[in-house]
Amino acid sequence: MVAAASKCRSCGKPAVIDLPRHNANFCAEHLKQLCRRQLEKAIDDYNMFDPGDRILVAVSGGKDSFAVWDMLIDAGYAADGLYVGLGIGDYSDESTRYVTAFAEERKLRLRTVDLRDEYGYDIPTAARATKRVPCSACGISKRHLFDKAAVDGGYDVVVTGHNLDDEAAVLLGNVLHWDIEYLARQLPVLPAANGFPKKAKPLVRLTERETAAWCLLRGIDYLVEECPIATGNRHLHHKGVLNSIEQESPSTKAAFFLNFIDNMAPLLADQTAAASGDLGRCARCGAPTTGETCAFCRLVDNASAHEPVPVELVLGKRGRR
Amino acid sequence: MLVKMRNPRREVEMAGDRTVNHLLDALDLVRESHLVICNGTLVPGDARLLEDDVIEIRPVISGGL
Repeated sequence: MVAAASKCRSCGKPAVIDLPRHNANFCAEHLKQLCRRQLEKAIDDYNMFDPGDRILVAVSGGKDSFAVWDMLIDAGYAADGLYVGLGIGDYSDESTRYVTAFAEERKLRLRTVDLRDEYGYDIPTAARATKRVPCSACGISKRHLFDKAAVDGGYDVVVTGHNLDDEAAVLLGNVLHWDIEYLARQLPVLPAANGFPKKAKPLVRLTERETAAWCLLRGIDYLVEECPIATGNRHLHHKGVLNSIEQESPSTKAAFFLNFIDNMAPLLADQTAAASGDLGRCARCGAPTTGETCAFCRLVDNASAHEPVPVELVLGKRGRR
Repeated sequence: MLVKMRNPRREVEMAGDRTVNHLLDALDLVRESHLVICNGTLVPGDARLLEDDVIEIRPVISGGL
């Protein structure tokens, strides 16, 4: 390899990455500095949490959850991890190994919940039992278990690794359908309310190319492979579309999402309040819900009564290759 | 040069020296969706890759929200 001609904008040393949205190149040290600054800006601007708060990080074994956990610890916050074993064949086995190794190497506290062991089902079985896409059952399960762990464990906030690309893709999907209720709730931080814990997304100012680079430069070994049953889903398609636009018009993704938060979300504040109106309690588990029984308990009922389904039977189109 | 890719895992041989950006273009890959690692080191778009280099093109898109 011949050294790149491009130099770091901050120090003039050889660059390791080009970031067209910043119209700049960065060396390893100054890319990490940029990541740290964007994390702190998101935490401060959106009043996510304070230095003394107890934070529960939802971890998966992928780059984003490791990046946010690592950045928070690096910045001096007190953060434990929560991992949910989803039972998605070899993919989940690999994820478990990565998460366990990450926590052990850094001497971090990791809580784990295994769907099959503790609730009698896994995601492939839940998808087949409910006749819905696997990502739906996965989302219901993880949201419920993260909320429950945070409330039971006395944590001040649940942190997820959602990044700028995730939020821009979800926003695109919500705009394409003009789903006002979802748009009103698409905020970087949601306050604790109605029995739900506070939730925050400190990576919303960083693209996933930047979070992946953080992991590489910090020596974080993460699971690069994509979930085999998420492959080819609509969310990934929206990300691909946005990245094609970004290629031609750098910083479009940031403008799309961050200007939505600054300019549009305040106009939807009334909708946000309505969407988070009073909720009842699930008759089975006590979680907040609009019905008599919450979506998670209904899922457990359906899925745990179903014969176990191997992951190969619910693979997405590209996942079958 | 040997180029390793993921999702799905595969390897291709590319002849001749070229820049990172030209390699991504030749493989019809979007820069915003990938990192390029040359002999274990992260490299920017104008880095020139040589015949003997081992390249990993790492996709960064993920999600099953």
